[in-house]
Amino acid sequence: MDELNTLWVYLSASPLLSIMVTIIGFLIASHINRMAGGSAFLHPVIVAIALIVAFLTLVGTSYEQYFEGAQFIHFLLGPATVALAIPLFDHLERVKQMFWPLIIACISGIFTAALSTIAIVIAMGGSRETVLSLTPKSVTSPIAMGIAEKIGGYPSLTAGLVLVTGAIGCVIGPIMFRWLKIEDHSVQGFTMGLAAHGFGTAQSFTVSSIAGAFAGLAMGLTGMLSAFILPLLVRFLGI
Amino acid sequence: MLFGFLVLLVCQFCGEIIVRYLDLPFPSPVVGMVILLAGLIMHGEVPKGIRQASEGLLSYLALLFVPAGVGLMVHYQLIAADGLTILTALILSTAITLLVTGVILDRLAKNKITQEQ
Repeated sequence: MDELNTLWVYLSASPLLSIMVTIIGFLIASHINRMAGGSAFLHPVIVAIALIVAFLTLVGTSYEQYFEGAQFIHFLLGPATVALAIPLFDHLERVKQMFWPLIIACISGIFTAALSTIAIVIAMGGSRETVLSLTPKSVTSPIAMGIAEKIGGYPSLTAGLVLVTGAIGCVIGPIMFRWLKIEDHSVQGFTMGLAAHGFGTAQSFTVSSIAGAFAGLAMGLTGMLSAFILPLLVRFLGI
Repeated sequence: MLFGFLVLLVCQFCGEIIVRYLDLPFPSPVVGMVILLAGLIMHGEVPKGIRQASEGLLSYLALLFVPAGVGLMVHYQLIAADGLTILTALILSTAITLLVTGVILDRLAKNKITQEQ
């Protein structure tokens, strides 16, 4: 028993366990999602997070300890973001053609997302920290965390809520497009990337490569513009 | 493939330097993406290695969000207190954002296409 204990102490300190737990959690979550007929309600990322949180709580591992190892997976988010340049390049002609509509839609979307969030949270009596952590919810997590820090929210709470937003967007988006009769894949992709960042982008790539490219563009553009707009907006509103 | 991965890292690295040096408010990978896009436009096509590395990474994009998301467990008290507010705000605001963005872009894009025809 003592030996087993020593082994556990050793293993939980090595990144191996966290990485394995992350991948196993994701594989199980993907399997559950497939069994549920690919329903966005059971988004693999959300299910994986729930499974991993349950597991860590059960074995008494803290988030810091887990992240120590899981950061190696987290790190790949950087190069993956850079890689979004490739689908963008592939559809450059279409992007050029729609340049101004995209910019106008992007700025309208950023203001809509931030103002509606702030209004709803304040109307329902949420705390100031909740308002500020939620404001950047439609922005891709690395940028959203930076914005939250800047305006006075909790970056790690923002990171999680950004993901929940993404999953919600994946559920509502397709229903909304059917209802509004929006059939253009570039419009669908851009809208998904703006409201649901990386999740919307990942889902759009399963629709078509042009939807994915526009979603990636929207995600990058929304992130960059939000980094400028949101801190100013929060200051202007005096929150 | 390995060369492609290196190119992605170098672009991110250059992004990092620019962000630090100019004290920009956005993260380095986004700047790295702009650098790579500029490079591809100048080169005129996507080298095979870069395409392979990128497609490999992008096909697992969803998995890469998991470690940050598990961080929600740190904030269970705030979530328990403001849970309903948070969920309502997320759902309503996401729906409104999708609606406004989708409708605006759809109208503008259709106008543009009819104009050109």
